[in-house]
Amino acid sequence: MPKNSGIGASTKRREDLRFLKGQGHYTDDINTYGQATAVFVRSNVANGKINGIDISVAENMPGVLAIFTGADFVDVGGNPAGWLINSRDGTPMKEPKRPVLAHGKVRHVGDAYAAVVAETEKQARDAAEEIIADIEELPALVDMAAALKADHFVHDEIGTNQCFDWGWIEDNRAATDAAIKAAPHVTTLELVNNRLAPNALEPRCSTASYDQGTDAYTLHTTSQNPHLTRLLISAFVMGIPENKLTVIAPDVGGGFGSKIYHYGEEALVLAAAKKVGRPVKWTADRSEAFLTDAHGRDHVTKIELACEKDGSFIAFRTETLANVGAYLSNFSTVTPTFLHGTLMAGNYTVPHVYVNVKTVFTNTAPVDAYRGAGRPEATYSIERVIDMAARELGIDPVEMRRKNFVKPDQYPFASAAGLEYDSGNYDALMDKMETLADRGGFDARRRESEAKGLLRGFGVNAYIEACGIAPSNLIGVLGSRVGLYDAATVRVNATGNLSVMVGAHSHGQGHETVFPQIVGEMLGIDPLSIDIVHGDTSKIPFGMGTYGSRSLAVCGSAVVRATEKIIVKAKKIAAHMLEAAVDDLDFVDGQFTVKGTDSSVSFGEVALKAYIPHNFPIEDIEPGLEETAFYDPANFTYPSGAYACEVEVDTETGKVRIDRFTAVDDFGNVMNPMIVTGQVHGGLGQGIGQALLEKAQYDSDGQLLSASYMDYTMPRADDLPFYTVDHSCATPCTHNPLGVKGCGEAGAIGSPPTVVNAVIDALQSGGKNVIHIDMPLTPVRVWEAMNNA
Amino acid sequence: MYAFEIERPATIADAVAALQDEDAQALGGGQTLIPTLKARLAMPATLVSLTGIGEMKGVCLSDEGALCIGGATTHGTVAQEAAALYPALAALAGHIGDPAVRNRGTIGGSLANNDPSACYPAAALGSGATIITNARTIAADDYFQGMFATALDAGEVITEVRLPIPQAANYQKFVQPASRFALVGVYVAKYADGVRVAVTGASESGVFRWTEAEAALSADFSAAALGDLGVSAEGMIGDLHGTPAYRAHLVKVMTGRAVTAAG
Repeated sequence: MPKNSGIGASTKRREDLRFLKGQGHYTDDINTYGQATAVFVRSNVANGKINGIDISVAENMPGVLAIFTGADFVDVGGNPAGWLINSRDGTPMKEPKRPVLAHGKVRHVGDAYAAVVAETEKQARDAAEEIIADIEELPALVDMAAALKADHFVHDEIGTNQCFDWGWIEDNRAATDAAIKAAPHVTTLELVNNRLAPNALEPRCSTASYDQGTDAYTLHTTSQNPHLTRLLISAFVMGIPENKLTVIAPDVGGGFGSKIYHYGEEALVLAAAKKVGRPVKWTADRSEAFLTDAHGRDHVTKIELACEKDGSFIAFRTETLANVGAYLSNFSTVTPTFLHGTLMAGNYTVPHVYVNVKTVFTNTAPVDAYRGAGRPEATYSIERVIDMAARELGIDPVEMRRKNFVKPDQYPFASAAGLEYDSGNYDALMDKMETLADRGGFDARRRESEAKGLLRGFGVNAYIEACGIAPSNLIGVLGSRVGLYDAATVRVNATGNLSVMVGAHSHGQGHETVFPQIVGEMLGIDPLSIDIVHGDTSKIPFGMGTYGSRSLAVCGSAVVRATEKIIVKAKKIAAHMLEAAVDDLDFVDGQFTVKGTDSSVSFGEVALKAYIPHNFPIEDIEPGLEETAFYDPANFTYPSGAYACEVEVDTETGKVRIDRFTAVDDFGNVMNPMIVTGQVHGGLGQGIGQALLEKAQYDSDGQLLSASYMDYTMPRADDLPFYTVDHSCATPCTHNPLGVKGCGEAGAIGSPPTVVNAVIDALQSGGKNVIHIDMPLTPVRVWEAMNNA
Repeated sequence: MYAFEIERPATIADAVAALQDEDAQALGGGQTLIPTLKARLAMPATLVSLTGIGEMKGVCLSDEGALCIGGATTHGTVAQEAAALYPALAALAGHIGDPAVRNRGTIGGSLANNDPSACYPAAALGSGATIITNARTIAADDYFQGMFATALDAGEVITEVRLPIPQAANYQKFVQPASRFALVGVYVAKYADGVRVAVTGASESGVFRWTEAEAALSADFSAAALGDLGVSAEGMIGDLHGTPAYRAHLVKVMTGRAVTAAG
C-alpha cells in the first residue's frame, strides 16, 4: 500500500494553512465584550526593598478600574517548584515563596510589584506611570560564585543564596575521585553554558473572565500545558477549585519551554476579572518577554575527563553552578539536576561518572527549561572535553568516540549516570555522518579555504538525550511532585469521522497532522476525517503538556492505546452486525470481514450503528464509540545522533561562517519524515544560535544589556547553512507502542558543541593555540582568543 | 505610545511652518522614531510627516554632475535609482536594514538622526556631500557633530542631499550581529582631488574621517598603502559586540577591503 497519508508519510502540515493565512486564533486575538486591560508595573532595579507604593494618584485616573499590589496577594499561595531536590547531605532544597506580585522586595529587573486594570491599555499605561514606588536599591547579586559567598541574600528568609548542593550519584563520588586520581591522563575544561532568552514569536498573553452566576473562571493563556497551569493555580496559588476553572491555550506561537510554566500574570488577571466583574486581558510586550520569560541554560562548569593513553574513558567528573535566577520556576530544579546529571555518561561505556550541581539564587530573571533543558548542557560539557582530550592525546576525535561507544549488543545498557538505555547504534550514526558529511573530502576543502585566506575546521559530536518525559514511578522517587503520563480520548462520531482529544498541546509541532496519520493508519480511514482537539481543559481528558520531546512518545502512545480500545469495541459491534464471532473477524483497511468470506461492514457503518443502536445488544455493548486511555511510559526514550559541522573562520575579523552542517539522528520510528526534518532544522537553528550568536547578558547591577533585538542576536536565515539531515539509522524504542523516541530537542542539544569543536579545529589548523572559547563565538570573542593565544 | 496629532503637509513650506511649534517633531520613515514612541521614550504633541512632500522625493543628477537625493527618498528608491549613477552609494542603501526598513526609511531621516552606527552618515561624509535644508546648505564636514548631534537647528528640515560622484568608491560594513547596523563601516571614495575615508559605527564621537588613511590612499590607492597606519582604540565604542580595540582593528581591515573592492 503506498504510504501517502498514514504512518511514515510526509503529509503536509494541515495547520500551516491557517497559520500562513493569518487565520490562527491566538490568545491576543480573543476580545470579549466589556474587556478591560491589565498593565504591570515592574522593577527597574535588580534588588530593592519596597518601602511603600503610592497609588493615590493612579487610582483616580481616567478609566482605572482597579490597582493591585503585592499586599493583595499575601494570603494566597506561591507558585511552586515541580520537583523537590535534596542536597548531598539529605536536606531539602530551599523554596522561598514566589508570589503573584512582589511584596516587600523586588528581586530582578522586570519583577512586577503592581498592576493596573483600566478600560483601555493606554489608560492603564498612563496610570501605571503615576504609581510611585519607594524602592530602596540594594546591591545586586548577579555572579553566581559571588552570590554563594555574599552575606546578603536574594531571599532573606532562607539565609543563603544556595538552593541546593546536589550530587549524582553521591554513592559514586569516592570511586570517581579515586579513578581520576589514578588515571594516566586527565583533561580539564572550564566552560560557561551561556544564558539564553527564549524569544517565542508570540509574547505571553492571558485573558481571564469570571462568571458570577456559576462562580467559574475561564483563562485563555499562552501555555504549553493548560492542565498543569490549572493544577498549579488551583492547588497551590489561588485555590480556585479545578472544576471552577477552565484553562484554554488556543493557538500558541512557540514556547521552547518558556510557556511550560505558570506565571504570576495568569493569577493576576483571574483575580482582577473577579474583582472588576469584567474580562481582563494582559499582553506582554517584547521588553517584558526579555525581562520575565524564564531564561535558559546559564551554567558555569568544570568538567574533567580521565582516560587511558589509548583514549579509553575512565571517568567524567563535573562541578556546575546553575543559575535559578530570583525565584524557582516550575521546572528550574529538575532541569540542572536530573535532566542534566543523568546524561553525563553520554553515549559511552565510561565506568565512573559523578556530577555536583549547586543551584544559585541571583537577582536575575528565573531560569528554567529551554529546548533541550539540561541535556544540551550535559552534551556540551562532555563533547567539548572529549574533543580537547583527543587533541591532547593525538587521537582522531571520531575514533576516540567510537572507542568508547556503547555497542549494539550491549542493550539494555545501564549507564554510569543511572539511566537504562533501551536501544541505539552509535557507530552506525557515525558511519552515516562521515559519509554524508564527506569527511574524506575535508582536507581538500580546507586547502581551498586556506587559498582564500580562511581557516576551515571540522567539528563532530555524538549525543544522547533522555526524552519521552517521563516514567511517573521513577520520577516520583527522584522528587517529582507530578506524574508525567499523558491522555487521549478518541471520539468516533456517528457519521464515522473522529475527534481526538489529546493532552499534548501543539504550538508548532504539527500534532494536528501527525496524530491523525497514526489513528487513520490504525483504523484504515482517511486522516483528513480525523481532527485533534487540544489545549482546553474542558474538552480534553487530561494532559501534562508538550515539552521534553514527549508528545509523540507519551501522548501518541495514549492515542494508540485509546484507538486500540476503539477497535476492540468496534469489532464487537461488527461481529454483531455480521452475526459472527469476534475472533472470526479480520480488520483490514477500515473493513471488518468474516474470515474466508466476502461478508463485511465498514468502520463507518459500525460507527453509525454505535450511535443508532437499533437491533443492538445493549446488554453486552454500550451504545456510542468513544474511548480514553492514559499512558505512562515505562522508561525514558533515548534519541541519539552524530553531527558534523564545517566552518570557515576569517582570521582578520574573527567572523565564523558555517559552511556545512550534517545531522544524523536516531529518533526510532518516524511518523512524518518531513515534520521530523523540520523539527531538526529548528533545533539546529537554536543550537547554532547558542553557539555563535545568543546571550542574555546582565551587567553587574543586574540590568539586562541584551533586552531587545538591537542587542540580542537571533539567528537569521543567512547565519545558517543548508543542512544535511538524516534519520534513517533508526533503532526503535523498545517500550512504547510506536517505537518512537522524540525529535523536538535533538538539534538544539547536538549542535552547540559541534560548532565550537569545528571553530577550535579551524583555529588550531592555523597555528593558533586556542583550546576553548566560551559561547557565543561572536567575532570579537574569536578575534580576542586568537590574539591572546 | 502617548497620543499625538499628526500632520501630513504636501510642501516644504507647510512642513516648516508646522514644525515651528516647539512640541512638534518631524517624522521621516519612522524607523527610529516610531519604536521610540512605542516605548514611550518621547512625547511629541504633533508629528509632522515629511513623506507626503513630492518635492522632497527622488534621485537625479545636477548640472554639475552631483547625485541629488530628495530628503524624503527611501533607501529602497536610492538602491534602485542610484544604481547606475553611483553604484557604491546604491549598494550601501540596498544593505540598510531589511526590505521593510528600506521601503520606509529615508536618507533625510537617517542623516537628521545621525545614529553613530548608521550607514548614510559614512556615505555623506565620505562623499563630501552637501546637506541642503529649507534654510541653507551645510557641508558634510560641518554637519556631523557627534553621536545623534548635527548642525540642524530645531525645526530645520533636510530637503536634499547632494553627493559628488567619485571615480571609485566602496562601502564595507562589518555588521553588529544583532541589530545589523554597522559595528564598523568604512566608506572610501576616490576623487580627482584626493581620497576620502569615512568611518561609522566605531567612534564615540560618531562618524569621522580617517585623515591619515586619506593621505596615504591619495598617494597610492591600494590596501597596501595603509601600511602601518592604524586608528587608536581611544574614543572607540565598547559594548557587548566589540571592544574599542576590536573596533579600531576593524577600521583598518574594513578600509583595506573597501579600497580593494573599489579597485
